[in-house]
Order: sequence, then C-alpha cells, then structure tokens
Amino acid sequence: MKRPRKVIIIGGGLGGLWSALRVAEAGFQVDLFSLFEVKRSHSVCAQGGINACFDTKGERDSIWQHTVDTLKGGAYLANQPPVKSMCEEAPGLIHTFERMGVTFSRTAEGLMDLRLFGGVKNRRTVFAGASTGQQLLYGVDQEVRRQESLGRIRKFEWWEFLSLVLDGQDTCKGITAMNLRTLEIKSFRADAVILATGGMGQTYGHRSTNSTNSTGAAACRVYQQGAWFANTEFFQFHPTAMLGDDKTRLMSEAARGEGGRIWVPQDPEDTRRPTEIPEQDRFYFLESWFPSYGNTVPRDVASRAIWRVVHEMGLGVGGEHKVYLDLTHLNPGFIEQRLHAILDIYRKFHGADPVHEPMEIYPSAHYAMGGLWVDFEKDVSSGGMKPGSQRNHATNIPGLYACGECDYGYHGANRLGANSLLSASFSGRVAGEAVAAYLKGLQDDLQTVPEYKYLNEVARQQAINQSLMDSRGEENPYALHHELGELMSSRVGVVRDNDVLRQAIDDLSELEERSLRINLQETNSWSNQGLAYTRQLQEMIRLGRVIAASALARDECRGAHYKPALDLTIPENTYPGDPAYEKYREAWKRQNKDWLKTTIASAGETGPVISYQPVDLSVLSPEEPRDYR
Amino acid sequence: MKTIDFQIRRQDDPYSPPYWQSFSIPYRNGHNVVSALMIIRENPITQEGHHVDPVAWEFNCMEEVCGACSMVINGHPRQACSTLVDTLEQPIRLEPLSKFPVIRDLMVDRSRIFSDLKKVRAWIEIDGAWDIHQGAPRVSPEAWKDNYLYSRCMSCGCCMEACPQYGDTEDFVGPASLAAVRLMNAHPTGQYHKTQRLHAIMAEGGLSDCGNAQNCVRVCPKEIPLTTAIGELGRQITLQMMKDLLGKSE
Ligand SMILES: Cc1cc2nc3c(=O)[nH]c(=O)nc-3n(C[C@H](O)[C@H](O)[C@H](O)COP(=O)(O)OP(=O)(O)OC[C@H]3O[C@@H](n4cnc5c(N)ncnc54)[C@H](O)[C@@H]3O)c2cc1C
Ligand code: SF4
Ligand code: SF4
Ligand code: FES
Repeated sequence: MKRPRKVIIIGGGLGGLWSALRVAEAGFQVDLFSLFEVKRSHSVCAQGGINACFDTKGERDSIWQHTVDTLKGGAYLANQPPVKSMCEEAPGLIHTFERMGVTFSRTAEGLMDLRLFGGVKNRRTVFAGASTGQQLLYGVDQEVRRQESLGRIRKFEWWEFLSLVLDGQDTCKGITAMNLRTLEIKSFRADAVILATGGMGQTYGHRSTNSTNSTGAAACRVYQQGAWFANTEFFQFHPTAMLGDDKTRLMSEAARGEGGRIWVPQDPEDTRRPTEIPEQDRFYFLESWFPSYGNTVPRDVASRAIWRVVHEMGLGVGGEHKVYLDLTHLNPGFIEQRLHAILDIYRKFHGADPVHEPMEIYPSAHYAMGGLWVDFEKDVSSGGMKPGSQRNHATNIPGLYACGECDYGYHGANRLGANSLLSASFSGRVAGEAVAAYLKGLQDDLQTVPEYKYLNEVARQQAINQSLMDSRGEENPYALHHELGELMSSRVGVVRDNDVLRQAIDDLSELEERSLRINLQETNSWSNQGLAYTRQLQEMIRLGRVIAASALARDECRGAHYKPALDLTIPENTYPGDPAYEKYREAWKRQNKDWLKTTIASAGETGPVISYQPVDLSVLSPEEPRDYR
Repeated sequence: MKTIDFQIRRQDDPYSPPYWQSFSIPYRNGHNVVSALMIIRENPITQEGHHVDPVAWEFNCMEEVCGACSMVINGHPRQACSTLVDTLEQPIRLEPLSKFPVIRDLMVDRSRIFSDLKKVRAWIEIDGAWDIHQGAPRVSPEAWKDNYLYSRCMSCGCCMEACPQYGDTEDFVGPASLAAVRLMNAHPTGQYHKTQRLHAIMAEGGLSDCGNAQNCVRVCPKEIPLTTAIGELGRQITLQMMKDLLGKSE
C-alpha cells in the first residue's frame, strides 16, 4: 500500500489553520506545528474587522470597488490577479466563517452588520463586536479540533520550527524543530511544508503592536536556506497605538471609523486638561489637511501626518511624541457597544476612560506588507488567480508554500484596514488547495530521501544551540532586542533617509556580531526560554538588515515607504485636468516606470542581494494616483 | 528608591520541589505584571543579591485576549498582562495555577482544557471549509448579544482554578467547556447536534459535577456569565432526559 502523503504546516493563526483544514479535507495527513496552543496565536489580537463586499447598506458597493481600493491603497505594487480573486471570494469566505459559528455582529434584521474602515468610502467591514480576529480564529480552531478528533490533523504545540530539510534537488522534504519544553531537536519528514508563521513586528521591539510570536524568525530561517523575501521595505505603522513599555497597544481604526477625531492643542504648552480645551484652540489636522476623508484617511497618511505635526511643527501634546484620539463627543452607549474591547484595553492598561477623556496615541510598527515571495498562476479566462493551481502560494523552494502575514501577497505598498484578516484566511485556503494539487502530481517517494539529510540538519541545529548555551559573552539578549527596536523604529521607520539607512545597516551588522557574544545566564536547560528567544533575536536582526537594505535600494516614495527627499506631492488646490496636476501625474507615471516593481531579497554571502521583478498590472492600469484629499 | 517587590513561587521542572524567591525592581508608573517580569528576566538577581535563572512564564498578546499569561497573583487567578502593579498590594505574590501540572516556574500544562473541548464536541458540524454559496441562517441581535458574551472565552483556565470541583484528579470538564456547549447549542445549525453535546455533558465529568459554588463567574477576566450558561444547560438536560426516556432522540 502506498503511504499517505503528509504535509507539515507551521503556524496556527488564521493562515495556518485555514490551510490545515483544506489539506485535511483533500485527504492528506497534516502535522500542525506551533510555538504554543494554536488558540493563542496573534490573530486573536485583531479587533476591527474583515472586509468583504456585501452591499447591504444601500451604498452600491461592489467587488470591483473593493478590488480597486485594495490595489490603489497598495500603490499598485501588488500583483493584481490574486487581489482580484481575493476580493471576489471574500463574501463566500465570510459565509464559511459564519457557518463555523463565528459570532458576527448583527443588524436589526439579523444580517451581518457592516462598518466603515479607513481608506475606503463604503461600509464593507464585517465584525464581531470588537474582537473580530479572536472570533475568526476560534471558528477555524474549532473545525481543526474536529478534524483532530477524526485523526486527520495532529498537533505539535510547543514545538519551534528551526529549518527545512532539502533533498538532493533542493526540494523541501521536511523540517527540523525544537521541543520548547525539553529543547530536544528532531527532524520530521513531509511531502510538502506550509509556512504560516505570521508577521515580523517584533523586529521593531516594544515599539510594535504585535504579539511575541510575530518575530519573522521562521521566515528568516527559510530565507537563509534559499527562499526569497519580497517588498520587506513596506511596513505599516499604525497611526493610533497607545504607548507602553512592554508593547504599544493598538487602538483600532474602528475608533476613527465610528467617528473618533484626532487633534492636538494649537499650543503644545497648553496645560489645560484636553476636555477643557475649547474647539477654537484645537487643531484637527487630519480634517483640515484631508477634507474629504478627514479622520478616516489610510494609515500611512495618518502616521505621516502625526509625524509631521509632532516632528516638523513641534505640536505633540505637552511637547512629547503623542497626539489625541478623541471619542468624548460620541454617544457613550453607542461606542460602548461598538468599541467595547478597545475601550476596555485602554481602561485596563492606561487606567483612564476614553469615554470621558481623549486617548493619547502615537504611530507604531503594525503590519508587514512584505514577506516571503510566493508565486501565483493567472487564469487567463477570468483574469484572476487560477483555482487549484499548485503554483499558487508556492515559494521559490519547491515543496515549500507560505501563507498569512509571512507572505507578501496582497497588499502591495500598503494594506487597507481589515484586509489582512481576509488575506490571511484566503491565502491559507488557497495554499492548502495548492498543496493538495502539488501532492496529487508528486511522483517520488518520501522514504527515498536519505536519512543523513535529516541527521545532518539536526546536528547543525544542535551545534547552534550548544554554542549559545556555552557562550559566556557580555551581551544580554533582552537588552539587545530593546536596542534593535529603537534602531529600527527611529531609522527604518515612518520616515526614511538614505544616509541614515546606510548607518542603520552598519549598526545592524554590529548588532548581529554582538548577538553571537551572548550570555544566557541560565543553567537550567528544561523549558529554557532564553535560548529560543536568543535564536529568534538573531533572526530578527538579520531580518532588520533585509528590511533596511530593501528600503535603501528603493529610491522613491510609495505607500508606507516614505523618503521625504523623493516625495512627489500633489500641488495644492489642483485637480485632474489642471495643468499643474497633469504635470504631477506625468512625474508620477515616470516614477512608476522606474519603480513599479517587486523588490526581491535573496541571501548572499555578505548580506541581502536585491533584485526586482515586474508586477502583473492586468486588472487595473495605474492611471490614477492615490488622492485622499 | 521606590521599588516594586515580588515573591515568586519557582519550580525547576515538573518533578522537583517548589521554592520561593524575592525580587525587587525600580518603581515605574504604568507597570503591569508582564512588563515587570520582563525587567526581572533581563537581570534575574534576587533581593539577597543572588544571580538566579530567569523566571519562566507564558505570554503572547499582552492585551488580555490570548489567555496565555494566567497565574495566581496575590491569591487570585488572573491575567498577568492586564494586572496593573499600582492596583496590587506588595510584595506581589506570583504562583502558577494550581489545578494544572507545573512545567516550570509560572508555566503550567493546560492541554486538558483543549482535550475537554474535544470531549464536549465544541464545534459546529460543517460539510467542509469550502464555499456552499450561502451563509448560516440569520441571528437576531438579541441572540447575538448573548452568544457573543460566550464566544470570548480564551481558554485561560482562571475559572477552573477557582472552581472547587475542578481538580488535578477529578475529571469534571469545568465551567468553560460547559459554556462552550451553551454557545454551540445556540448556533442556528449547531443546534442540530445539540443532543450529542448534551449527552457528552450528561456523562461522568459533566454538568452534574458542578456544585454551583459560583466561584468561576467571579474570576473570569472576560466576565463570561458562566453560571447563567450552567443554568441554561441544566434546563436543556432536563428536556433531553425526558426525550431520552420517551426514546425520541433527535
Ligand atoms: C493589534 C492588531 C490588530 C489587528 N487588527 C486587524 C483587523 O482589525 N483587521 C485585519 O484585517 N487585520 C488586523 N491585524 C492584522 C492581522 O491580525 C494579522 O495580519 C493576521 O492575524 C496574521 O495571521 P497569521 O495566520 O499570518 O499569523 P499569526 O496569527 O501571527 O500566527 C502565527 C502562528 O505561527 C506560529 N509560529 C511562529 N513562528 C513559529 C515557529 N518558528 N515555529 C512554530 N510555529 C511558529 C505561532 O505559534 C502562531 O500559531 C491586526 C494586527 C494587530 C497586531
Ligand atoms: S458554579 Fe462552582 S462548581 Fe460549578 S463550575 Fe462554577 S465554580 Fe465550579
Ligand atoms: S470562561 Fe473565562 S476564566 Fe474560564 S477559561 Fe474562558 S475566559 Fe478564562
Ligand atoms: S499575554 Fe495574552 S492574555 Fe495576557
């Protein structure tokens, strides 16, 4: 009898769990690896909602408009066929979540309610109270548990992925992983591997909204084994994060969507309590600079506006790096119901009540648009992605797939709010189906891969552990991570400059060297957390170099990547048809000619090697610059 | 210098005896227990000046939504990340949850929570995760409001810690798994398999093990109305028992 084909999935967030379901449903055995119980994955943090066009608010919303908003919002950098397919399949995906038992908020008629999110003009975001990500993850988590009880999925929780095992043809045939309790390193055979390990916000240290699992370490490990990164210079900074020592906590965009207003006192020295400052002494800078979108401008626009108000105009509240996000003018009952979770977070972690007092916020590293490069097959008849193609979500290493925030697929140079729960789920589903197709076409027998390939890889990983355990250097991994966060957020952050980036790259190399001279200060090797942490830290520093090198190479402003020296701004008070505006449009098109291309980073001897690939623009030709005035 | 003082119950591995150590860190406004433990792990020196192994504990989201960081803080089971130091009496005593086997220090093995969710069949039976070109039936806003309360359970284990009936040796599935049954039974298509779930909690380790002590509902960080769920399930089970007697299983 032929052995059943086996798939290893690494990561139990939305991406990983969706792919696990689709692989298991296709009849293949799944081994699911995660750093901890999958139900605790970072996906639970998402508060705001998930986009899908239902057009139930009388706004004539359309799937086409969702597609256009996503592509334009991403400054045309995303390959367009996958985006088209994602927007088309979004309503069906949400219906599937609904069938799984997700408690979406309801209208009086019992339909899924919709809310407005930043960067769009129509209500298109379904939500479950203010804990949408948690509810979505629990929906798939339950289904995975059901498959587990049927024996189709096996979980390896508290195991950390360390590396791929490649066969003689450099095809992926398994992994090595470390048991986080015993620190034992083992190899596992698999016919295909899906990486769904989430984002990389921890490269910005405590200046990120991400959970501790979002290190990007797993992606960086496969990068060093030959996988490409794409567009890592595009990092979204969430404009409205509450400040904190351990992490910055996101105040959902829904706060702006539901009517929240951002402002600073006209006079930064104003010592009055914010509620005592009369209207005429406040500066609602988003409303004044972007009259038609006002407070719901996309995130990068809001982040830079806050940066400008604080750094260029010196108007930060009390002279510090913060501005107000104000809900106090809204009906308390209404916001209590709609924004309960974020009100709760602010009360819990700041001790003040946003119903009565404006919140203090500042931009923070939030979402990586870039990630592992993945392929797609275009369906010529529909113009979308070909369903069931084994090329979809395949990395450049045969047999290795990637989905969720760790891939670079759908958001181009910037992501629309509420589009990443969608891309994580959708990409998981697509990747699962792609792997099923890959396995059906696979001829060779997994058992023919020689055992020494696995043993060698385990030995290499054990040697890394041993050298860290033995190291008696002077560096403290936790302090180094803090330094990394400060470096990345101040120099590879909201605003960028080539000289500063060059310096940052040098400093990152130095940090990497220092991270080898570590002292773990720990004798107990049982459930030793410092070792795993240090290994992740080293990857984050390497990843920081990839981000910085990609940012240095891209000499333009696009989406979240902003170099003021190269900014093309729309001349004030000009509109399409005006000569000055048309001149701007020409310059914008010239810039597209040079730079509308995907950044590819591959691991070279001395650091990242940068090259470029064309973008598939077959759905919407880039004629219209983004304009959020 | 103003400090924050901790007494932490430590244990090197599942088989070794526990012991206590004291730590102090400089006071800072705004610390929560997780951010304070982060300061300790960076430089794990006891009050007596001994360099010791860093304290192991679990956390991920730091927003009280992943359920990872449960521990017993000054005698109460709660989430470390959302417990502000300023609201606590010092020295702050940190202990691992006592109803689960200790792995190391403040880390415990909560895998039982997840196997109990399997036991009570806390899922909706769907044909597959593919598109069937329609959604689930509508849900009234009132029903949604009730269901949503339960869907926020993050499997943190605090309610089980507080429950006198839940224990190391007992096989009672505990309040959270019961509330999950309440939630699944209320779903428009989940109710099709209500009988199976009810039978699961009518068996040993099910609802009848609950002594109605109401401790669970008082400690749940998500304010989930666990005892309301238990009450509702009691009524559902009574009906189910009548049906079973009449031989009319759905
Ligand atoms: C605060 C916050 C709010 C957000 N709100 C929204 C929103 O409202 N709408 C929206 O669309 N998006 C939102 N997002 C973004 C969205 O939540 C994420 O992009 C998405 O959940 C990522 O899902 P994922 O499956 O890729 O990864 P994750 O959920 O991060 O899961 C990663 C998994 O990988 C595992 N893993 C990682 N490394 C390893 C390893 N080495 N070995 C084994 N396992 C490993 C982890 O254990 C985990 O299970 C928000 C993000 C944040 C930070
Ligand atoms: S009511 Fe009491 S006995 Fe019943 S589950 Fe809650 S704490 Fe346990
Ligand atoms: S019911 Fe509450 S206390 Fe119990 S596991 Fe769920 S969230 Fe935690
Ligand atoms: S760290 Fe997630 S609940 Fe505390």
